[in-house]
Amino acid sequence: MAVKKFMFVNRKAPFGTIYALESLEVVLIAATFDQDVSLVFIDDGVYELVKGQDSKAIGIKNHSRTYRALDGYDVEKLYVERESMAARGLTEDDLLVDVEVLSSAEMADLMAEQDVVLSF
Amino acid sequence: MLHIVNKSHAQTSSLQSCLRLAKAGSALLLIEDAVYAATQAGAAGSGIADAMTRLKVYALQPDVEARGMAGKLVDGVTPVDYAGFVDLVAEHPNNQSWL
Repeated sequence: MAVKKFMFVNRKAPFGTIYALESLEVVLIAATFDQDVSLVFIDDGVYELVKGQDSKAIGIKNHSRTYRALDGYDVEKLYVERESMAARGLTEDDLLVDVEVLSSAEMADLMAEQDVVLSF
Repeated sequence: MLHIVNKSHAQTSSLQSCLRLAKAGSALLLIEDAVYAATQAGAAGSGIADAMTRLKVYALQPDVEARGMAGKLVDGVTPVDYAGFVDLVAEHPNNQSWL
């Protein structure tokens, strides 16, 4: 099977909608098929990666831990848009996984070179 | 690359983020409530007026007509029908639907 470049674009905060969790599910499926997977975090999607999430009191599974397990599935390309992170007062130290921080222009280049772009 | 936006620029930030991340020379198709961004009244505030200098902008005409916006698109925006939508998807190597 030919390997395609899949980009998962995450633009939603972690708990207000089901998008963040659904994105992770599909990422793991794509990884199972040995595809070239990238995750990008833009706008409120950056909040998905913030350290110290504790969702016990709202009765929703804390899926943020899953991001730390992604390298076990050979998903190692995580990118955060610098502008989105800065607009929310966050730095790389606030994030629970190692990411590569890209400018909007660098992110645009990366997006344009994908075979498939999936929005969440 | 083809970018597709379907939400009003006044309701969500999808269009704003799309315009920030679309490379010059890309195509942008506005469908559903996103067509308001391409109207004469909306184009300046939505950023479409500026974006037209670097992106090719299309609007899905059935959605424009449904909203009573026919004849109100800003000059430079190309109306397309459903077949034109399919052509745009087929002509570009990849696309992104902004949610």
